[in-house]
Amino acid sequence: MKKEGKDLAIVLVVGEDQTGIVAQVADFLWKENINIEDINQKIMQGVFVMTMLVDMAGARSDVGVVGPKLEKLGEKIGLSIQIQHHKIFEVMHRV
Amino acid sequence: MPQSISLEEVYETYRMTEKEHFDIRAVTLGINLLPCVSDDFSVLCRRTEKKILSTARQFVKRAEKIQSYYGIPIINRRITVTPAAVVLAGALTGDAGRDRERCVLYARLLDRCAGEVGVDFLGGYGGFCEKGMTYAEQTVMDALPEALGKTEKVCGFFSLASSKAGINMRAVAKIGAIIRELAINSDQAIGAAKFVVFANPVSDNPFMAGGYHGLQEADNIVNVGISGPGVVRRVVAGLPRDLPLDAVAEAIKKTAFKITRAGELIGQELARSLGVRFGSIDVSLAPTTAVGDSVGRILEAMGLERVGTHGSTAALALLTDAVKKGGVMASSRVGGLSGAFIPVSEDVGLAEAVRAGALGIDKLEAMTTVCSVGLDMIAVPGDTKTTTLAAIIADELAIGVMNNKTTAIRLIPVPGKKAGDHVSWGGLLGSAPIMPLHQENSDYFIWRKGQLPAPVTSFRN
Repeated sequence: MKKEGKDLAIVLVVGEDQTGIVAQVADFLWKENINIEDINQKIMQGVFVMTMLVDMAGARSDVGVVGPKLEKLGEKIGLSIQIQHHKIFEVMHRV
Repeated sequence: MPQSISLEEVYETYRMTEKEHFDIRAVTLGINLLPCVSDDFSVLCRRTEKKILSTARQFVKRAEKIQSYYGIPIINRRITVTPAAVVLAGALTGDAGRDRERCVLYARLLDRCAGEVGVDFLGGYGGFCEKGMTYAEQTVMDALPEALGKTEKVCGFFSLASSKAGINMRAVAKIGAIIRELAINSDQAIGAAKFVVFANPVSDNPFMAGGYHGLQEADNIVNVGISGPGVVRRVVAGLPRDLPLDAVAEAIKKTAFKITRAGELIGQELARSLGVRFGSIDVSLAPTTAVGDSVGRILEAMGLERVGTHGSTAALALLTDAVKKGGVMASSRVGGLSGAFIPVSEDVGLAEAVRAGALGIDKLEAMTTVCSVGLDMIAVPGDTKTTTLAAIIADELAIGVMNNKTTAIRLIPVPGKKAGDHVSWGGLLGSAPIMPLHQENSDYFIWRKGQLPAPVTSFRN
């Protein structure tokens, strides 16, 4: 299934704002050999929401393996962290 | 973001899968068993086994891989096969006892194959007799109680009516007795939960228990059933209470569009990885026992105090139609049943309404005129007369026949239980109160048998 070139996914972080979120998530992604392409963040209805567009092309494993690890990291720092393949968003939100 | 997916959109998708139970309910591999046909029963069995195992060996693994790759859960993996009565016909000898045994053996073989490739269910044990019944169909029907009662994964169906042929009332009378026997033959009547009676069935239905691989399909296909009552309920519940219904329909349509697109992506990928054709995507709101994942609750979110009250049919009509419209816009491969299911035991909101006395068999029947299937997963008293079971089936088939739509019936007469008692199967099948039925009998109507004529298609008033 691995495509030529980029294999994009989106990491979503939701929870209470605190210091070091970006650093910890980025550190994890770096260790998994996942490249961050873009970061976006916002306070929505009082909740901190951050999305990271990442490239999984060189990653050690796929979304299904990285996902639970990210969730665990989230639990440790008191945030909800999810990852989903970029294509899902593309088909759902673009005609 | 460069790919122009906004933060809000990401958040919405996350909520759908994490909080509102959006999932791919079923991926179903359809397998054509016609090349296995032989007049030698052992040859038929050998070919069938080889065909299923070779076609489906990679199926479960590939589905898991795709689920992992995209991060969207696929709940069930199933197989549908060519209807058993068609495949078995040539291998029957005319000796009724021996042939019935062969039909049961064949069901056991299918069960074993399903277990070996690791799917949850295998559908297609049945046939078509809208107008008349062949010897093979009769034999397979007679074998149902043992075939479904004594296997784990095999699901059965029979089509007894169509808009072109009318209703085969002889078969309806017979099936009433078969369902009763099927219930007695299995633990807590669970065998009856694996059997569906149809009017105007569809050949690419990925959902069980009524799925089969139709004769109009290609050799092997992947069909996908998507779901998401929880997602739709949240959308409807979030709308202002005074928002007009056309705007409510619009919001449902948009949601159906999104979940259909995700489903099609998964289906196409799975078909490609298996090297078979992508068949269709069934956009059905199929409830699960998870709290919130209920069609009943969607109708309540529209403004009904409890599903089953006046207005329920209208609300369901809006829902079914909006889901179809959103789905059709999203994909040109929409097929199957597509709409909203109302399986009582599997839907927390519906089961609760029955328990509270707000929803009875008559209102349910009315609601099936506008839902996408029919009287589904309804537990009835174990001592219900077989003619009464047949009469309930005849009513529901008539709705399908007269309105040119698919209708289905899954009735479960639970031995030893009376109206108001409770039955629990656990898992996806859920639990339900035993539905009270009319006490007046329908005996002489059912005993007439014969053919209920097909309707005239002009003068549609």
